[in-house]
Amino acid sequence: MADTGIGAPVRRKEDFRFLTGRGSYTDDINRHGQTYAYILRSPYAFAKIKKIDTSKAKRAPGVVIVLTGADYAADGKGGIPCGWQIHSKDGSPMIEPPHPPLVADMVRHVGDQVALVIAETKAQARDAAELIEVVYEEMKPIVDTASAAKPGAPQVWPQAKDNTCYDWHLGDKAATDAAFAKAAHVTKLDLVNQRLIANAMEPRAAIAEYDRATGNYTLFTTSQNPHVIRLLMGAFVLQIPESKLRVVAPDVGGGFGSKIFHYAEEAILTWAAGKVGRPIKWTADRSESFTSDAQGRDHVSHAELAMDKDGKFLGLRVSTVANMGAYLSTFAPCVPTYLYGTLLAGVYATPAIYVEVRAVFTNTVPVDAYRGAGRPEATYLLERLVEKAAREMKMDRAELRRKNFIPRDGFPYQTPVALQYDSGDYHSTLDIALKNSDWAGFEKRRAEAKGRGMLRGIGISTYLEACGIAPSAVVGSLGARAGLYETANVRVHPTGSVTVFTGTHSHGQGHETTFAQIVSSTLGITMENIEVVHGDTNKIPFGMGTYGSRSLAVGGSALVKALDKIVTKAKRIAAHLMEASVADIEFKDGVFKVAGTDKTLPFGQVALTAYVPHNYPITELEPGLEETSFYDPLNFTYPGGCHICEVEIDPETGVTKLINFTACDDVGRVINPMIVEGQVHGGLAQGIGQALFERAVYDNASGQLLSGSYMDYCMPRADDLCSFTVSTHNTMCTHNPLGSKGVGEVGAIGSPPAVINAVLDALLPLGVSDITMPASPHRVWQAIQAAKPAKAAE
Amino acid sequence: MDMTGEFRIPAPREAVWKALNDPDILKRSIAGCEKLEKTADNEFVAKVTARVGPVKASFTGKVTLSDLDPPNGYKIAGEGQGGAAGFARGGAEVRLEPDGDGTLLKYTVNAAIGGKLAQIGARLIDGTARKMANDFFGKFAEIVGGPAQPAAEAEATEPAGPPMAATAMPAERIEALLSKGLKPWVWVSALILLALALLFYYGRR
Repeated sequence: MADTGIGAPVRRKEDFRFLTGRGSYTDDINRHGQTYAYILRSPYAFAKIKKIDTSKAKRAPGVVIVLTGADYAADGKGGIPCGWQIHSKDGSPMIEPPHPPLVADMVRHVGDQVALVIAETKAQARDAAELIEVVYEEMKPIVDTASAAKPGAPQVWPQAKDNTCYDWHLGDKAATDAAFAKAAHVTKLDLVNQRLIANAMEPRAAIAEYDRATGNYTLFTTSQNPHVIRLLMGAFVLQIPESKLRVVAPDVGGGFGSKIFHYAEEAILTWAAGKVGRPIKWTADRSESFTSDAQGRDHVSHAELAMDKDGKFLGLRVSTVANMGAYLSTFAPCVPTYLYGTLLAGVYATPAIYVEVRAVFTNTVPVDAYRGAGRPEATYLLERLVEKAAREMKMDRAELRRKNFIPRDGFPYQTPVALQYDSGDYHSTLDIALKNSDWAGFEKRRAEAKGRGMLRGIGISTYLEACGIAPSAVVGSLGARAGLYETANVRVHPTGSVTVFTGTHSHGQGHETTFAQIVSSTLGITMENIEVVHGDTNKIPFGMGTYGSRSLAVGGSALVKALDKIVTKAKRIAAHLMEASVADIEFKDGVFKVAGTDKTLPFGQVALTAYVPHNYPITELEPGLEETSFYDPLNFTYPGGCHICEVEIDPETGVTKLINFTACDDVGRVINPMIVEGQVHGGLAQGIGQALFERAVYDNASGQLLSGSYMDYCMPRADDLCSFTVSTHNTMCTHNPLGSKGVGEVGAIGSPPAVINAVLDALLPLGVSDITMPASPHRVWQAIQAAKPAKAAE
Repeated sequence: MDMTGEFRIPAPREAVWKALNDPDILKRSIAGCEKLEKTADNEFVAKVTARVGPVKASFTGKVTLSDLDPPNGYKIAGEGQGGAAGFARGGAEVRLEPDGDGTLLKYTVNAAIGGKLAQIGARLIDGTARKMANDFFGKFAEIVGGPAQPAAEAEATEPAGPPMAATAMPAERIEALLSKGLKPWVWVSALILLALALLFYYGRR
């Protein structure tokens, strides 16, 4: 069975349907009697709604119903809830403004939902929406992160003074101040982690329906976590009992975090379906995705690192302003706090850390988790700071890092910012990456490039992240309004084939293969006999879904626990059939054996006996072979590693070309190395996209989203990238049964600072010491020009 | 983006002022203008069928005049709501100064677009609007008869304000554009209508 078990590079089972165009995405689903929704959105960033006249739209051809925020409010339905509550320094809870899924009196960002039109066809819904007359009274918006809390800024919410949602901190301020007081050198850095737009390949879509015969609602939606949507929408927004609400997330074409959250469209479609009694379909067009999908990052930070004369880190001080957008999205408040501040130790044994984070409201699309969520922000800040420190201390960049690493024998390691790392080996991942990137031979390559008139640079990032979220008790104490365990149900069928029902959701991760490999390994059955089912709340046990690289570490662990129960019960059945003691039953490669004898039984026969219990220990054991486990992790998991990037810059054009990218990651136990490699590749592409290409831009005066299409928002493409050199050096997670840590986000977390450090290394001879992401040709060229007079004056 | 410029029209100021307020001349100067009606003292409604690429559609926009100071100038503002696709808004301040036997017309024009229009067309709208203005000036000059001379090259300044990204536009093209004589309030309403046309075109793709 080794060929399909744990550690085998099995080809993805799901790829046949995806690659042959046979996937079934939400928009592929059509229901009998289906109608179509169009959502009229605000063209203003901040305006009062003086009047909405829908009378013409209601009379338009094909229109079934036109609904506004006033209708929604009149029905007494709720707002979109936030799933995480942060408390400020002074102990007060964060400001949580209402989040109506259809606004009634004010619009607070371009794209805010103003009216819902349901018609027989999509075109009719759209045409009718053109006939809705809305009178707006425009107000001056605030979009800029850094100035949102400054005096005189327009106020997004009257209850949020200075646009502040919370003013949070973590760490020992006094100890950190003391560390700075005795420092031989302090390195300071201001930086921006720009706003990004997730741009999943499949735009969001939903179909809501209501069955008048049974009173049941069904929502098909592009979600990473259908049970979370059922809970939030059913219990908090529409007051539908969970038993009456089915949420299905079928094949989903990428999420990257943006499909975690409960969105307004899901709620208003389900609400409207109850009114019209017919299925309603909505599919976002790409323009809509730009102004209605939660966006990512958007931090402005100041950081200071205190060192002794030998470069040993003494203390770290960080102050960050994080942009929440106009409303609090589902997990938004935890991203710049417990997924960011807690990560500021990184891979370093910095003894004192203090971080302050102010979250601000602005008239922009809400910001929430995006691949990495908080951890890329922490990593970017730390690795830019450490790189700058090495320059200032005139120390080797790798050596300074090595000197400050948590030692190999330092685990478990308690950081000064709450987390306790269980395992890691940062020295090895650094050494392997240095070797694989031929770090030692770089100066020769730089000289060769110089001969061609090109600027070559190399940059390192040694990163750590916390994923596998999360221990429910821990996150509960930190403000999470949910538990973060995961579930698995293993149903062995009478002839020995198996269906796994998992609470996680696959939208590109390959769970149908990875989870099947775990089953194949444990039960000794072939992949063809294993199906993995996810995404339908009427089929799967209550689960929290997929995000934060948690599926294998948490959902896979639940699967292992459920499989343990299956094996335990099957052994008792086998013992009965073979008339032996349970203690003497061995199970290996799908065969039960009485130890020390040649008596054996195949797994399939035991399964059949469980369902045809003619000869069965019926007084001691129930028939059937089906088990469920809920697994609540004991700790986060801590992947880490080293990324090294090599670039070449054309000083005449400012174009940065990626030459080499080397990654050595520690992701714990690998189930399928091919999937791991693919995940790292995807993550790197996204991280490089942030470093070199992507940036969401709002016009400061009007609040309009200027980078609102692919003409202005630059996504990385295959020809922008190089061939990656990817490897793993894994230490096992010590607290989950698989030893796996997680791999979904490492590429996006580790890579941006490696790229920017490489760009700065290339520009160093010209005297450029700082650049803001994305390092677009325009910015690089400007930096080169700006440095010229200074360099000439030297 | 604010665009400023000035040019010389070989006609007395009173005549230019009159032309600026003559719906018939203006209507004939706008390609595809089906209707241009005075709805109040200082208010006009224009209906224009515009063609943008493969799309042909009819749009209605309202234009108002204020700060009238005949024959020295006025302020003009227009706004078109495009419903689902956003809004377009424009304004101009126009000054007429005698210049020998001709008239020097100075203007500052600004335009703002919002919603999906800004999201998708921030760059395209500018160039297309200029083209539409060019067409207008050509036609207007033809009707009025006398050739106009550019007095100064138009300048485009980019304030912090409205979200119209500048497009690279050769100076000689701008010059050519403005050399035929200007009817600013029509220019502005044409811009608005064009913006709406664009917005429908891109909004529907």
